[in-house]
Amino acid sequence: MSGFDQGKGSDVLDAQDRARFELLVLPHLDAAFNLARWLLKSRADSEDVAQEAMLRAYRFFRGFHGGDARAWLLQIVRNTCYTWLEKNRPVELMTEFDEELHPQPSVSPEALAIAGDNRERLARALETLPPRFREVLVLRELEGCSYKEIASITAIPIGTVMSALARARQRLQRALTHASPQEASREL
Amino acid sequence: MNCDLNRTVLHGYLDGELDATRSAEFERHLEGCRECATALGAEESLRSSLQRSGLYENAPVSLRKKIRADLDAATASPGMIRIPAWRWLAMAASVLVVVTVSWFALPRRTNESSSAVPFTAAEMIDAHVRSLQPGHLTDVTSTDQHTVKPWFDGKLAFVPPVKDFSDEGFPLIGGRLDVLGGQNVAALVYMRRKHIINVFVMTTKEPDTPIHPPGLRQGYQWRHWRRQGMEYCAVSDVSDSDIYKLAQLIYQ
Repeated sequence: MSGFDQGKGSDVLDAQDRARFELLVLPHLDAAFNLARWLLKSRADSEDVAQEAMLRAYRFFRGFHGGDARAWLLQIVRNTCYTWLEKNRPVELMTEFDEELHPQPSVSPEALAIAGDNRERLARALETLPPRFREVLVLRELEGCSYKEIASITAIPIGTVMSALARARQRLQRALTHASPQEASREL
Repeated sequence: MNCDLNRTVLHGYLDGELDATRSAEFERHLEGCRECATALGAEESLRSSLQRSGLYENAPVSLRKKIRADLDAATASPGMIRIPAWRWLAMAASVLVVVTVSWFALPRRTNESSSAVPFTAAEMIDAHVRSLQPGHLTDVTSTDQHTVKPWFDGKLAFVPPVKDFSDEGFPLIGGRLDVLGGQNVAALVYMRRKHIINVFVMTTKEPDTPIHPPGLRQGYQWRHWRRQGMEYCAVSDVSDSDIYKLAQLIYQ
């Protein structure tokens, strides 16, 4: 996982690099786009940022010495997304991540199943979470990443991935079941 | 709230990331703690909503094109990229292997050339194994296609094509309703030398495909294809050549 300590990545890449890149990295373009889509909440911006990240990955490709190509690429995508957010939507990054995990009355599985049944509602709830919560959920539930992969992509220590997910899921449950009544009725 | 357990552990358990000892400990705790059991149920429900909601967004074709152009520009040797023919062949072969192997393992993450199969191989194998439990195989038991086909009418939003292939060595023995990837599907049950072949049928908007190469998991094999708005998957423990024969009969 050393995609970013490879200097400027100014090596000139040849046809052989290109072929390796197409074989190892390009198949993860969907994963790259999906992560960007959920971090930036916009398909158009994600297309630009995913394109930029892919080109960066290509320039740094000589620094990739095998291993998990998807995690390597997603790490670059994530960093490119955060750089973009810092520049374009700095407010979104100012949320406190280390919020306490409060014991809360359990939500019934049935209530959650009903709330989670609607794609739009689920998407909106996910988008209300701060980016750092959103990304662990997307990586775990949509991308199927292991804790180890999540740690290497998001640069959070492996020991805290579990609690990050716990907090993120609690937030999502709250966002789903506490949607305002007007919103709920609008959907009907 | 009497439970003083740190709820974080529940997430490690849910994600299959606890070691065996902690996992067993949590299971023991779960037996006596209704709060944790409810909380776990809620988390499982949330997870299945997330995974079945179709929130995953694939890269648009326009992005693929732009990236190819970028890569062309960033690669040395201007003009045509010269790669010896054998290298292309080797690459094509390895791509083919990767695609074939991962096709069913990651059905929701396929690229534009093979659109997503709406259920996973694990779900399909589970459904097949479940059907082999006593009393689960058929809802309607009949070797007569004219009995089985009308039985589905009104139970599903579509009527699957049903045909008996006794003459070819694949007698139809019945049908049932099943659920795959959260959707109701028709399951047609065929027999092959005392072995059961389940053929799952559901509707699809995707274009027709040929019969795909076989998939293999836990000793079961399957063949998948799409034809005339229907998605088919034939699964069994019989040899692939038998499954393929039946697939061809249905495909015609």
